[in-house]
Amino acid sequence: MLNRKNQAETPQLKAPSLWVINPFFIWLKRNMAAMIALVFLCIVLSISTDTFLVKNNLFSVLRQVCVNCFIAFGITCVLICGGIDLSVGSVVAAAGVIAVRCGNAGLPLIVCILIPLMFGAVIGFFNGFVISHTTLPAFIVTLSTQIIVRGISYILTGGQPAQSNNEVFNNMGVGSVFGIPIPVVFVIGAFIILYFIMNRTSFGRHVYATGGNKEAARYAGVDTKWIQVRVFVISGVMAALAGIVLAARLYSGQPSVGEGFERDAIAASVLGGTSFNGGIGTLGGTMVGVLIIGVLNNGMNLLKINSYWQFVVKGIVILGAVYVDYLKKRGSLKK
Amino acid sequence: MSVEYVFEMKDITKAFGRNVVLDGVSISIRPGEVRALMGENGAGKSTLVKILGGIFSADSGTVFMDGQEAVIRNVDDARRYGVSFIHQEITNVPEMTIAENIFLGREPKNHFKMVDYRKMKQEAQIALDELGLMLDAGMLIRGLSVAQQQMIEIARAVNEGAKILILDEPTASLSHSETENLFAQIERLKNAGVAMIYISHRMEETFNVCDSVTVLRDGKFIGTRNTNETTENELISMMVGREFNNIYGNKRVVGGAVIMEVKNLTTKKVSNISFTLKKGEILGFSGLVGAGRTELALALFGIDSIQSGEVWMEGEKLSITKPRDAISAGIALVPEERKEQGLFLEHSIGTNLTFQVLSEFINHLRVDRKKETEIVDEFKQKLSIKMASTEQLAGELSGGNQQKIVISKWLAAKPKVLILDEPTRGIDVGAKAEIYKLMHTLAGEGVSIIMISSELPEIINNSSRIAIMREGCLAGVLDQQETEISQETIMSYAVGGEHSVC
Repeated sequence: MLNRKNQAETPQLKAPSLWVINPFFIWLKRNMAAMIALVFLCIVLSISTDTFLVKNNLFSVLRQVCVNCFIAFGITCVLICGGIDLSVGSVVAAAGVIAVRCGNAGLPLIVCILIPLMFGAVIGFFNGFVISHTTLPAFIVTLSTQIIVRGISYILTGGQPAQSNNEVFNNMGVGSVFGIPIPVVFVIGAFIILYFIMNRTSFGRHVYATGGNKEAARYAGVDTKWIQVRVFVISGVMAALAGIVLAARLYSGQPSVGEGFERDAIAASVLGGTSFNGGIGTLGGTMVGVLIIGVLNNGMNLLKINSYWQFVVKGIVILGAVYVDYLKKRGSLKK
Repeated sequence: MSVEYVFEMKDITKAFGRNVVLDGVSISIRPGEVRALMGENGAGKSTLVKILGGIFSADSGTVFMDGQEAVIRNVDDARRYGVSFIHQEITNVPEMTIAENIFLGREPKNHFKMVDYRKMKQEAQIALDELGLMLDAGMLIRGLSVAQQQMIEIARAVNEGAKILILDEPTASLSHSETENLFAQIERLKNAGVAMIYISHRMEETFNVCDSVTVLRDGKFIGTRNTNETTENELISMMVGREFNNIYGNKRVVGGAVIMEVKNLTTKKVSNISFTLKKGEILGFSGLVGAGRTELALALFGIDSIQSGEVWMEGEKLSITKPRDAISAGIALVPEERKEQGLFLEHSIGTNLTFQVLSEFINHLRVDRKKETEIVDEFKQKLSIKMASTEQLAGELSGGNQQKIVISKWLAAKPKVLILDEPTRGIDVGAKAEIYKLMHTLAGEGVSIIMISSELPEIINNSSRIAIMREGCLAGVLDQQETEISQETIMSYAVGGEHSVC
């Protein structure tokens, strides 16, 4: 912060450093703490266990984090826009059930993917529409849809898991292309698409604007209601995608799956520097956050830490990380 | 050390990091004296009074209270010495009663160590009655006007037995009559021997209310004058550090052909407004707070919905139902609340400034950073915006530079009609002069400007014509291309005097 101040006084003398003007370096600076935490975690695990730094283990970590990654991407967009989406966990279950049903009915793979995605979009549209047009709190509205959609997924299956007997569909969860797990390919695809939407379109800027200051966005002619609706649609679609991938990995659509998934997704976003007040956040940061949680889970299993204690550790890590972030931010505002 | 002063602050120095905000400032005030504290934004006024109020602590320097050296470490200490702070933003708890607010943090207790509500209410009622407020101490704060809440804060200060009262821009959101009432109360407290520090950007008030003025500049003490021995121009020179004859100094522009015509515009808040706007003129909108000027602007910009009436632009009838409609017709609004309505404080200057022209450099999923920087640089130079880089956050800038960003944002979209709602509120004198100059340059380039302002000198010295609103309707439009309209004339329209048509 100090060097920024110097430049304010003598703007002509020195070219401003990359840390101040280059968007990538600014991103790096903002997520430095999370990156260091991730690297530190990996180093510690590599030293303390001989099972962590093994190709099979690393690939299984990647496979495991994919589901959370999809959801967290969607949640990040919603948080940036100043909202929150608690319904994602239920959408994961319902989308999985629908995808398996479609697969068992012998529909082509593309249809098995598109129909659940449509379902996610509809739920997202409903969330966004109700929130933006009634100004009810997003927390309450999406909490209600969470319960409703959970009900729907139980109704669709009669409470029983639906086994998938479609080989092509199942392959999506466990197969690989060129040695890369298919879910990872999907994550990379989703990242690229969302990255372009959020950073290279007017819509993306309008999302950041709406979350940063809704009133100012309205005064600037942004249709903030429509922006909110579209962001919730993104979140719904991403959750549905997570549901499809998860169902393929489990060879079944389970109506009870996904309970509490919104917790991990929100935690990952926040670890990755997304502001709970809206307007601030990056998908790259969220990716780092997802990896921290994933590596932490994996590491604690490898170290054979009691699974009840794992919750305690995870909670403390998240609280600590967010507090460090807060301290950093407060330091920079104080000057 | 004599006890003729209520308090003395000597050689106060304070730095935030490497930024020295106060550099050896001394100030002393007698009982019953009202002292104005003036200076540009960033001169150190707020920091000085915050040190006195215990919100900040000084790096060095001493404070004497009634001639005794005093240590003020926190707000409680300050309160014990009789220092009370009336903040610019009201700090009452809306869901509690007036009495509870007055006694917040020092509730009277009965024998059982429980809050004595009866005593609390009685004493609060006495404090309210003393200030001549027609309010019941049992009422909730929610629903009271800003002026009433401010009076309640004063009541709290009096009840605490304040000897030194700090008023930080107390009239910023008050109407004319509310301001008068506040001044009456200040006079009363002054006679009761309460010393006051009065921070305000408004010259007129300073001369009306204060006995003396202390001017700070860049954290340094510049001088203290008695108000009856100084002039406005002398004070401004002291504040900006150079000779200053007239901050307006612009020749009034004369408009060309009619560009916009508003016919019988009616919304929930304003009724039957008709006026014309000429190309390249500055049309000033005056009137009391709450007269409907902002609401008229909001209607023209598509935020408040128009119930009936027409807006014509260059011979075409506009249908304005949302801000997009107004923007595409060439109307821009620089809103009243800069931080809440005009800016994304946590986003970069670049993001803010280019917000209306995204399509010029974001195309086919490509962001042309060079073009974006060019746009920012163009306005940085044109409006002499002081900033470190395009990526600096808007929230880190001073009020004047923030306002320039908001104006630039709209100028980038090349508007035909620019509505400025209180464009210089809370901005220091230097930046004010720059904004006036910019307005005249724009008008010279053919942009038509509607300027809403509560400062009469600002209206009179800048406008080609002056429209005056009263209680939601247009009381009259005065042409001042030949003769200057006096403040009295405008006020008589604004309060519904003989000329007023409504």
